[in-house]
Amino acid sequence: MPIAFSQGFTPHPKISYASAAPTGVGSEAEYLEIGLQAPVDPEQLRVALDAALSPGLDILEAVIAGEGSLADRIDASQWRLELPQVEPAVAEKAVTAFLDSAEVLVERMTKQGKRAFDARAAVSRCAVAAEPDLPSGAVAVPCAIIDLVVRQVTPAVRPDDVLSGLRVVAGLEPPVPPRVTRLAQGTLTAQGEIVDPLDADRGGVGIGER
Amino acid sequence: MSVSSVFPQLEQLLPRVSKPIQYVGGELGAVVKDWDETTVRWALMYPDAYEVGLPNQGVQILYEVLNEQADVLAERTYAVWPDLEALMLENGVPQFTVDAHRPVKAFDVFGLSFATELGYTNMLCALKLAGIPLDSADRDESHPIVLAGGHASFNPEPIADFIDAAVLGDGEEAVLEITGIIREWKAEGCPGGRDELLLRLARTESIYVPRFYDVDYLPDGRIQRVVPNRPDVPFRVAKRTTMDLDAWPYPKKPLVPLAETVHERYAVEIFRGCTRGCRFCQAGMITRPVRERSITTVGQMVKEGLEFSGFNEVGLLSLSSADHSEIGDMCSGLAEQYADTNVSLSLPSTRVDAFNIDLAQELSRNGRRTGLTFAPEGGSERIRKVINKMVTKEDLIRTVVTAYSNGWRQVKLYFMCGLPSETDEDVLEIAEMAHEVIRAGRAAAGTKDIRCTVSIGGFVPKPHTPFQWAPMDRPEVIDGRLKMLKNAINSDRSLGRAIGFRYHDGEPSLIEGLLSRGDRRVGKVIRRVWEKGGRFDGWSEHFSYARWVEACDEVLPGMGVDLDWFTTREREELEVLPWDHLDSGLDKDWLWQDWQDSMSEFEQDDCRWTPCFDCGVCPSMDTEIQIGPTGKKLLPLTPVKNLRVPV
Repeated sequence: MPIAFSQGFTPHPKISYASAAPTGVGSEAEYLEIGLQAPVDPEQLRVALDAALSPGLDILEAVIAGEGSLADRIDASQWRLELPQVEPAVAEKAVTAFLDSAEVLVERMTKQGKRAFDARAAVSRCAVAAEPDLPSGAVAVPCAIIDLVVRQVTPAVRPDDVLSGLRVVAGLEPPVPPRVTRLAQGTLTAQGEIVDPLDADRGGVGIGER
Repeated sequence: MSVSSVFPQLEQLLPRVSKPIQYVGGELGAVVKDWDETTVRWALMYPDAYEVGLPNQGVQILYEVLNEQADVLAERTYAVWPDLEALMLENGVPQFTVDAHRPVKAFDVFGLSFATELGYTNMLCALKLAGIPLDSADRDESHPIVLAGGHASFNPEPIADFIDAAVLGDGEEAVLEITGIIREWKAEGCPGGRDELLLRLARTESIYVPRFYDVDYLPDGRIQRVVPNRPDVPFRVAKRTTMDLDAWPYPKKPLVPLAETVHERYAVEIFRGCTRGCRFCQAGMITRPVRERSITTVGQMVKEGLEFSGFNEVGLLSLSSADHSEIGDMCSGLAEQYADTNVSLSLPSTRVDAFNIDLAQELSRNGRRTGLTFAPEGGSERIRKVINKMVTKEDLIRTVVTAYSNGWRQVKLYFMCGLPSETDEDVLEIAEMAHEVIRAGRAAAGTKDIRCTVSIGGFVPKPHTPFQWAPMDRPEVIDGRLKMLKNAINSDRSLGRAIGFRYHDGEPSLIEGLLSRGDRRVGKVIRRVWEKGGRFDGWSEHFSYARWVEACDEVLPGMGVDLDWFTTREREELEVLPWDHLDSGLDKDWLWQDWQDSMSEFEQDDCRWTPCFDCGVCPSMDTEIQIGPTGKKLLPLTPVKNLRVPV
């Protein structure tokens, strides 16, 4: 693919990632912009990139970028937090306490050292999902699932900050590391829905409809 | 019996360790095969961290050669960092491959490539994690054959207790032959068990199986003899030589790492072997004769390797790349083909002459001029005669001045400290040389804005070299000379400011010396160091000299020897060396004569351009020098170029 390169002594390929997911979490919704030197059929680009990437890193769709930058179209993320061995009712209590707080101070190590910040204000939705139906005969292992929508703010509030917040307000300590997956990114509407940032460039045609 | 992935258990641990991406695999170029569809399965390890191990050319070549066989599966494994090691031990997660995350213990062969002896403790970590007994003697049919390769395997005696077998020399054909022997043995129903398989390997006369050889010692600690303990194995085991490199154009599908690694480029060996005869250089001694890859094969490999990988750097590797008979056409041809692209070409430049500058000039046509590196190795004319590095001070100054006047601003000079017969004066001359480089360079460039870096490492005598008999200097002596040199460089502030000084302490070199020329008794030291927590000995932040010295003090005196005995002691002509039964092709009498010549400062020519000097390799290994020129040229590439257009 005719990737464009930056100028300078060591030219870098023109790729920019919009709010990349932190290390150690899964994602179903990463977005990036690639600069090209010449027009390429988006589908051709998608197939070529997908072939070169690792199994599990799948390029779902490519569109020609329209007006404005990708970053301008992303101001929130939806996450799924799976907490194995945590009873949903216990999680529910912690989430309620979190939402009832005006501010939840958490600490995180940053490059500048340990800093405290509010994890509450950026959270626009936090709810314990209904328990999934188990196939008949399966032994139920408790696993609380939290549905989370976080607005992009500075400093960034990440899912593990919200988990820290749940520990701060309700002493929730998952016995095994929670599994976190980003489900969507985009513009947060007044109704609390997330609009796919590529929508504008698709002329309103959704992925499923193509 | 199928083998399942340990990834589900491993994944739980990854959020708790540094750089978890190094353990997930899935690189472009990685191969995952169905376990049950294959009959012979190899786990290949480079016993260092992923960031160092992944780019290793040897492992990549063998990985590809093996996986091209339909019924063979090869996967890679690297040393895990201590943080993950502790978690794996705690949670019962075994040493795994990064390709399909299969446990190493399930494979038929666990092959380790030792570029340096400092990886030995990492091998013990991996064996322990894998659940494979540390001692070869304690293994049974359920365990892989633990096989050592790489340059260190030319003296595998220090790890003789831990490995089942070792291959000396080029691996391409060796891995296929070993695969064939295992395939046949398994098809017959594994007759005679593990011992029979090892015996079949040993009978090839080119695979060393330490358990079939006994070592006797003299009362003074020296070796009396090393002899087979059964009648059906050879007295000496010979190295392998892959001839006709054009027939082995690997790697074709280079691995493209996901994590950051020490080299991120497509590397092509343009030739193997070197006959310059630098007396300290083990690689130059054990890889003879010179075998060139032709200009057209190199051109084809570069084209296909770049298309496959998307790398934008190409390294044209060898032990002395400017010596290739077609190097001029190769560099100008490649420079032409990749002009106006974002591909940069590099030639590790160690030859100190103006021709090297011409080549560097060709390769940096697209305007990217990084540093130039030269390796005079010794500071004084005298010591350069001792080591057979034939370059005069005038040559060096002239070359460097040419570089500066052609626009280079940064030159790196490589040296060694602790060379046989070295004095303080030999080392101090490095400072004079560096001063003169800056003085002449400033005059030639017409600016004060030039730099030179002096990089100096400790000399380690290696087996199968003329210096295999040489005494090492104590670390205090090395460190003292380095300090003196530093002061001498800075004695002139104006010149000293333009000179960077990089050095390695003497202590790690002494331990490398112990491991390089050690015998089976040193295995006990390695084990003791590992038990005390030693691993990643090639990393200054993990290496502990005190730990090695302590282990030596605990283990060696009981056997009548000590650390000094192995390192600072000069050997005599008739002493049996631990590796004498391992045949690199070099005639021991010739090596001894070269050692004597060295001490009388007598130089040896290069048989590439002058008549044979009887080192013994070609006749004893039935090989010959394979060099061009072929008279062919590289044609312009026709496909669409990846144009570098500023956006």
